[in-house]
Amino acid sequence: MNEATTPDMLKEQSSAVRFYGIWLVAAIALIVLPLVFSSGGSLTSFSLIGIAIIFALSYNILLGQTGLLSFGHAVHYGLGGFLAVHAMNAVAAHDLPIPLPFIPLFGGIGGLAFAILVGWVMTKRAGTVFAMISLGIGELVASSSLILRSVFGGESGITTDRTALPHMFGWSFGPQLQVYYLIAFWTMVSAIAMYALTRTPLGRICNAVRDNPERVEFIGYDPHVVRYFAYGFAGFFAGIAGGLTAINFEIANSAYLGATQSGLVLFSAFIGGIAYFFGPVLGAILVTYLQLGLTNLTTVWQLYFGLIFIGIVMFAPGGIAGLLMIHRPLIRAGSLAMVIPSYLVAALPTLALALGVILSIETVARYAASQGEGNIINLLGIPFDATRPLTWAVAAVLVFGGFLVARITWRRVAEAWDRAATVARDRGYLA
Amino acid sequence: MSAAIEIKSVEKHFGNVGIIRDLNLSVAQGERHAIIGPNGAGKSTTFNLISGHIKPSAGEIRLNGDIISGLRPFEINRRGLSRSFQVTNVFAKMSVWENIRCAVLWATGHRYAFWKNVDHLPEVRQRTAQILDDIHLSHRRDVPAGLLTYAEQRELEIGITIAGGANVIMLDEPTAGMSHAETERAVALIRRLTEGRTLVIVEHDMSVVFGLADRISVLVYGHIIASGTPEEIRGNPKVREAYLGEEAH
Repeated sequence: MNEATTPDMLKEQSSAVRFYGIWLVAAIALIVLPLVFSSGGSLTSFSLIGIAIIFALSYNILLGQTGLLSFGHAVHYGLGGFLAVHAMNAVAAHDLPIPLPFIPLFGGIGGLAFAILVGWVMTKRAGTVFAMISLGIGELVASSSLILRSVFGGESGITTDRTALPHMFGWSFGPQLQVYYLIAFWTMVSAIAMYALTRTPLGRICNAVRDNPERVEFIGYDPHVVRYFAYGFAGFFAGIAGGLTAINFEIANSAYLGATQSGLVLFSAFIGGIAYFFGPVLGAILVTYLQLGLTNLTTVWQLYFGLIFIGIVMFAPGGIAGLLMIHRPLIRAGSLAMVIPSYLVAALPTLALALGVILSIETVARYAASQGEGNIINLLGIPFDATRPLTWAVAAVLVFGGFLVARITWRRVAEAWDRAATVARDRGYLA
Repeated sequence: MSAAIEIKSVEKHFGNVGIIRDLNLSVAQGERHAIIGPNGAGKSTTFNLISGHIKPSAGEIRLNGDIISGLRPFEINRRGLSRSFQVTNVFAKMSVWENIRCAVLWATGHRYAFWKNVDHLPEVRQRTAQILDDIHLSHRRDVPAGLLTYAEQRELEIGITIAGGANVIMLDEPTAGMSHAETERAVALIRRLTEGRTLVIVEHDMSVVFGLADRISVLVYGHIIASGTPEEIRGNPKVREAYLGEEAH
């Protein structure tokens, strides 16, 4: 056996340990989280984040893995939700022996069934054609849902009672904690399944189709079939996410399958970073958290989403995951310490710039919206009155001053980065 | 035994413009066949017609006796014909290893499998490693294909083409843009890797053509004006006039 233990095998073993380690840490984190943060609000947040993770990962099967830009992915999410609600009501009405934890599967089947139905025509072409058809199908289904009242329940949607289903392990799934664990379980299972999918022959060929569909035809594969498979899987997992949402809120309505929802998942995946499997996970966490947090703080939260999105597209097209991963060669080469000081120096004026932008937006928004009440903006505990000129002046100083200083420090970051990258290149960690 | 490739009276028009006119060509099993001709003669179009990239307007193309004209590229590939591209056409964001492995998957019967771990397929792993070794890129296996040097990308292109084990290999200007030393290396590689298979090659470098080919066909304005051994082609007055003559000036 001595001969067999080559450095290659050792490398493989250690990467396997690291690989299973990551999943184990994730599972433990999901179990422990509600014990640490046990308030009702955080339980609700965690539940929504879990669902958002599944949904964003399913979207990335299309965008990141196969190169399909969909504007109507929420259709599968929403239809999954509706099928799950109908399944729950049917189980409760006929006393069927199906406990609640199996309901998300019905959601998945709903998403998959619709993907099988429309997918073959949709995936004939990639690129703009696919994007436009997905937009059209999304609008079609969303508007049909308001017309077909018996199936979709019109504007009010269809409600259900998750506690009316047979209990499992003595759990009624009434308390949010039990629902959280149900969602956490499905998040874990779905994430592992979607990761495993990327490691199969089909998953690899999806990447090949993304990179170069023309060439794929000359190594024996029909890119149309590959895209169709990817579309089916994406629909299935989106349906599971929709099913979980239906369980969480005990309702399914037409908002689930509309353009807003489709936009949000594109947004999550892109902000997180579509080039890495874990990117959409980060994006889903951040976007859900911001969505829940910002709606309480400001009326113009969509504006901030837009700014973040534009910022990512322009300055970090690889998303958060891309930003993190460019540091990997520096860490390996041990030259990360060369860039950290420049980051810290740049952080201060950049923060001032960000605060200035926030103050400007809030000042304008509140001044325009309501004369009189609600004019006090609390920023870092300091109250600013939107009607006072001083506030406008402070905002302007922060924006312009912050920008001018930040620009100098960003140049320093770039220089430090060049030096660190040169070291990494010399040591062979960067191509 | 039927010819590896048999082209009969093939025509290709784009609108009213005839690019390929009454094309007839036969490539025997195991033969190394070069197609030469001036720029714009239709060499790449001929490749695209045979490999299914474009469909002929008229006529028929047979592979090992079976009609393949009108089939899609992947159907033709599955029947044992594989081609390379003049402009490097690899999977740029994927590693060298992944590029070759993707080209091995269909041929090893894994098709669209989504229930197998691609890293745990011994025959895929062996074959991929073997081909990487053959094209001398083992030391670059984890580099994204888009970051390879030009010559390395050309070698990868050949690797992807032969990886599926097709018995008819078509190479479109494999040495284009290479230095003299790189060309020699590439020719040795092609000679070794296509041993026992049928090879159709389009090439501008006459030393490569006359050194490698058993038979040569000369394509001028979409029509084959001569087909024969290197000696016959060298001595053919029509060829000298239409093609080689121009080169001599």
